[in-house]
Amino acid sequence: MPAHLSIKEIADSQAQLRRKKLVLFAFTLPLLLFVMLAFVAPIATMLYRSVYHPTVAQLIPQTLKQMQGWETQSNTLPDNDSLVTFALELKSLAAERRSGKLAEEINRVFPGASSLIKSTARKLKRLDEQEIISSQGTILLDSHKKWHNPALWRAIASAGEVWTSRYYLTALDLQLSPEGDIESRDTRIYLKLYWKSLRIALLITLLTAVLAFPLSYFLANASSAKANTLLVFVLLPFWTSLLVRTTSWIALLQTNGVVNSTLKVLGIIDQPLELLYTEFATVISMTHILLPFMVLPLYSVMKNIDPSYFRAALSLGAKPLPAFAKIYFPMTLPGLSAGALLVFIISIGYYITPALVGGTDGQMISNIIAFHMQSSNNWELAAALGSLLLVLILALYWLYDRMVGVNNIKLG
Amino acid sequence: MPPAVDNSCYVQFKNVKKSYDQRTLVVVDFTLDIAKGEFVTLLGPSGSGKTTCLMMLAGFEDVSSGEILVEGQPITHIAPYHRNIGMVFQHYALFPHMTVEENLAYPLKVRKLPDTEVKRRVADSLDLVELSNFGKRYPGHLSGGQRQRVALARSLIFEPSIVLMDEPLGALDKNLREQMQFEIKRLHEQLGFTAIYVTHDQTEALTMSDRIAVFDQGVVQQCASPDQLYERPSNAFVADFIGENNHLAGTVLQRNNDYTELQLSDGSRVKALTGDCPEAGAACVLAVRPENLFIASDKVALDNRINATFITQLYVGDFIRYFFQLEDKSEIMIKQLNDHQAPKLSAGAVTSLTWSVNDGLALNLSTT
Repeated sequence: MPAHLSIKEIADSQAQLRRKKLVLFAFTLPLLLFVMLAFVAPIATMLYRSVYHPTVAQLIPQTLKQMQGWETQSNTLPDNDSLVTFALELKSLAAERRSGKLAEEINRVFPGASSLIKSTARKLKRLDEQEIISSQGTILLDSHKKWHNPALWRAIASAGEVWTSRYYLTALDLQLSPEGDIESRDTRIYLKLYWKSLRIALLITLLTAVLAFPLSYFLANASSAKANTLLVFVLLPFWTSLLVRTTSWIALLQTNGVVNSTLKVLGIIDQPLELLYTEFATVISMTHILLPFMVLPLYSVMKNIDPSYFRAALSLGAKPLPAFAKIYFPMTLPGLSAGALLVFIISIGYYITPALVGGTDGQMISNIIAFHMQSSNNWELAAALGSLLLVLILALYWLYDRMVGVNNIKLG
Repeated sequence: MPPAVDNSCYVQFKNVKKSYDQRTLVVVDFTLDIAKGEFVTLLGPSGSGKTTCLMMLAGFEDVSSGEILVEGQPITHIAPYHRNIGMVFQHYALFPHMTVEENLAYPLKVRKLPDTEVKRRVADSLDLVELSNFGKRYPGHLSGGQRQRVALARSLIFEPSIVLMDEPLGALDKNLREQMQFEIKRLHEQLGFTAIYVTHDQTEALTMSDRIAVFDQGVVQQCASPDQLYERPSNAFVADFIGENNHLAGTVLQRNNDYTELQLSDGSRVKALTGDCPEAGAACVLAVRPENLFIASDKVALDNRINATFITQLYVGDFIRYFFQLEDKSEIMIKQLNDHQAPKLSAGAVTSLTWSVNDGLALNLSTT
């Protein structure tokens, strides 16, 4: 007998293997579909939306086409044909009651354009088409002196771009200069907010680690009956609604809340402290809410550390503290880093708690994203901000992998 | 001036008691003197208190009552890291985030030895356990036997005078275990430390130790050299725990210091060495090792003789076990070398078994 498989045997066993894999894959199919629909698709849409913006191009397609010949750098106005086409399109938009949308879009690129476009649209609506064509654009230019500004026309042209990096630039506090260079904006909002979110997330991670480490150590070394009872208290916040927990912090921290009145009664303060609606409120309530995410991985790792390691260190002559630092602590790192990663990533994109207790001071990047989604109706900017947050988290994860190694993580 | 120390009392346990819950005693009145350089094994079934004794000596458990002395000095109030006692743990307890070299250097570094000295001693130590090429590896990349040798080397590198070993070979397979038993013995003879070894494996205890303390239920049943323990067990528990033994119920007829005459439950009268058996007229038990029992024939006829019916046999390889039933239905087993003299018996065959007076031991029924 030959010592290897025949070609037919190899083919058969491969077919068998394939069948097995297919069956296994079929089991994961429902989840895969769900994830595609509920997770991958929205993220893809978000990324797409942050660079694809056809609204203006759909509102004034003819004008944008006409303006293609126009030298944007030339500091002159577009030619008369473009002006006439724009006036005609604006008139028909006004008739369809869609000129407001155009005004809003242009206003984002050129602040102040909103009222100009709206008032001009009202005027054009009353005019006859022939009148507009024969006027060679003077009607438009005469309606307001702002129409003589080439910057406004550049803004219209740039708003009309279907594919745009504008929202990413805005999200990074940058803009395109009239010359087409990238320059920084006068007001810096978003970078500051990113930095603040990063700082708050790091602070919360540090605080939860400092609080959770001794607790987990105690739990891991307590008798199992005691540990189980205490673990219920750790998990209790998980079972309580997030809103209830956050609201209870409002009750604690408000001007006449529990903390202030206690301090007053004890005579430590005369005037109530400003605790609620500050960064402090955001940090302390998020630390409380995210603590279990640190305790659980730490506990499960500490639980599995054989006490004989520590004993071995002692028997080898190390004093308790150095033995703890050099032997025990390094063994808890997988749990500590898992907890830190969880808490950090959850907190950097946290929304509800800063929104409720943060005031203006304790807002994080998610709150401004929500603002652009709900109030300013600038979904493209929200998408760009969200995508940048995603990139930031992925970059930090990569950094973490380089420094600590993701394989070292132990979630239990 | 410390009190003069007799080398035969290097380590002393004096009436040591241990209780975890202040009610039940895990260790009941443990007293033992260990000589310098001696290899003493604490042997017993799990939960018999032997590991607890070791942990009290190492300083990881408090002593509830009594004293432990080393070189005549009580050590109960000395912190474990000042006791200078080497310890090998059951699962090695090698620090997984340190290489073999770093593991070995750790006890020297905490003692603030100069770097050159640390390097030299780590190299020597690796040589000693024949692992010179493994210094840069992590414990996770070593085999069980190699880890065991590193653990051993680490417990010896700071030259402790006492080394404690808590079932160090429990996690190894049989062949490796025998190899490591030899290795530990070699190091013990070469370095001359005092070893206290805990195991539940009697073969390991018998082959390695100078003396063995047999534990049961927190009490030392007997502490003696391996041959003494095997040949003259002081009670029925030791007789049964060390090696195999047949226990035959009987009654004492007559007893003197050396020999006891007794009547077995099948009615036959036999003579045996006097163990801890009671006064004449009381119930007792006769212990006879299976290898000391023979099937009587023209050539083999010893002092004691009883009738037995053959039931079955078990073929083991180097020997064969024969199972017999006595007239009172109690069972007895004999062990015979698998040589050309091994008899062939058919089921139900009636024969008689014989043994020497000096191979039977009359013991008390139970130990409490």
